[in-house]
Amino acid sequence: MNISPKTAQKIAWLLTWLSGLIVFLILAILIGFIFYHGLSVISWSFISNSIPEGGILPAIVCTIYIVLLTLVLSAPLGLGTAIYLSLYAPKGRFSEFVRYGIETLAGVPSIIFGLFGMALFVIVLLGTQCLLAGALTMACLVLPTMILASEEAIRSVPASHIEASLALGATKWQTITKVILPAALPGIITAVILCVGRVIEETACLYATLGLSMLTPGSLFHGGRTLALHLYLLVTEMPGDRGLLIKQAMATSVILVIIVILINLLTRLLSGYFLARMKGNN
Amino acid sequence: MFNRYFVDNVSKQIVLVCAAVSLLVLFLIVIFIFKEGFPAFAKIGLLKFLFGTEWSLKEEKFSILPLIIGSTLAMLGTVVIATPLSIACAVFLSEVAPHRISSLLRQAIEVLVGIPSVVYGLVGMTLLVPLIRQLGGSGYSLLAGIVVLTIMVLPTMVTITEDSLRAVPVSYKEAALALGATQWQAIWMVLLPAARSGITAAFILGMARAIGETMAVYMVIGNAFAIPGSILDPSRTLTSHIVGQIQESASGSLHLSALFAVGIVLIIFILVFNSIAFLIRRKTL
Repeated sequence: MNISPKTAQKIAWLLTWLSGLIVFLILAILIGFIFYHGLSVISWSFISNSIPEGGILPAIVCTIYIVLLTLVLSAPLGLGTAIYLSLYAPKGRFSEFVRYGIETLAGVPSIIFGLFGMALFVIVLLGTQCLLAGALTMACLVLPTMILASEEAIRSVPASHIEASLALGATKWQTITKVILPAALPGIITAVILCVGRVIEETACLYATLGLSMLTPGSLFHGGRTLALHLYLLVTEMPGDRGLLIKQAMATSVILVIIVILINLLTRLLSGYFLARMKGNN
Repeated sequence: MFNRYFVDNVSKQIVLVCAAVSLLVLFLIVIFIFKEGFPAFAKIGLLKFLFGTEWSLKEEKFSILPLIIGSTLAMLGTVVIATPLSIACAVFLSEVAPHRISSLLRQAIEVLVGIPSVVYGLVGMTLLVPLIRQLGGSGYSLLAGIVVLTIMVLPTMVTITEDSLRAVPVSYKEAALALGATQWQAIWMVLLPAARSGITAAFILGMARAIGETMAVYMVIGNAFAIPGSILDPSRTLTSHIVGQIQESASGSLHLSALFAVGIVLIIFILVFNSIAFLIRRKTL
């Protein structure tokens, strides 16, 4: 059977529209399903109560702790490394090898970092699953991403800007702090937000290192659970009325999805703001 | 005030130290994993570890063939569904859809990327698994794992494929259209072949993501340590096996070392995928 090119095009168009529709439907069903089941549970007391009372406040606090600690441990180190690799390191086989190594590590499944964190930080160094062990493990996990994304931001600064600054007699460091970093700032902020997103969604790694305590961690050496981890524990390990636990898990999902959407909006707003500033409509 | 040349010099040293520390840490992680996993290979024997079908804590027998098969099947099932879908979706985004719809769809894809994997797992458990139960079995199955994984790798694959389609010079398509080709002929015969290296990269990175994904799969795949006879049977992957066992592992035990050995097998899978993707990208640059 021979199909005329026009008919073929019509069929192909139909199929591509269909595929776009499928992706929309997946998101719609996913979000609709979570909101349908979870929204009825969400109330002020759900957010402000302790975990045995059916709330999630300790998980929210713990998530914030882990995000901040991870950033403190990984962001300066990652940015410094990115600056060195993109602006100081001699070009050649070695730096190509280093980049390849970092890219590979960025793709290593998080559970392997979890296993590593468990064996080194929990068993050997700290002796217990705790906030610090979780944050150290997460810092190792996001470090490659942080380096690669900041490096990309730095590399996107036009060479002419850098040359102009150097030609005016600025030292390399003055060029970096006054020309390169301001120009690369949106990219660097995006890198940081990317890492925040990864910490919020990470479960496997923290399941192995953070401890599964229901309490708000009182110090670096206490355990806790992040929102994502709490969600997982609700449906798998918590004793109690299964229907209610699932409802609470759905409500926790709603909170997580809202956070994800807010993070996306924030990235969009920031990049819009910086784009406008770069065009000079300040 | 410090002399600016002095500041320049000190800063350079600080950045150098940052780089040295990061690279050292990352290097040590790799060394540590291999050092911890090595005793398992040595005591059990490489072939017995890879091709045996028993995992028993009590008898200290550790081998992982069912896991390798589970992971491979889940991964292949995923890319078989996700590749055509992501190519169609990428063509839709870059060539077919009106601007407003494509930007909306792109936002939807960004949200899908950010949703935590436990949320996918939860919806899989409560929505997908009961549906699959209608087909037979408990519902917790390889098929459930594949569907969840497909949804999770789809956004990545669509994004990479779309980027590679956009990277093809407009003149190629214009030339085809000028020769009298229809839009679709231009896409099918010119655009897609020209973007094939990007499409291959999307395929490979999709596999890498599928094999590395942990929690969502763990929650829906049923976790039976056995080689699945059909797509409706429960199965277990390399990653979900590690999660399932990690809380029981004691320091210095053969068990912990065997878990690290599972991790090494996973890393080797990822290493192979990444190397292929790396080579493809370098060839096209």
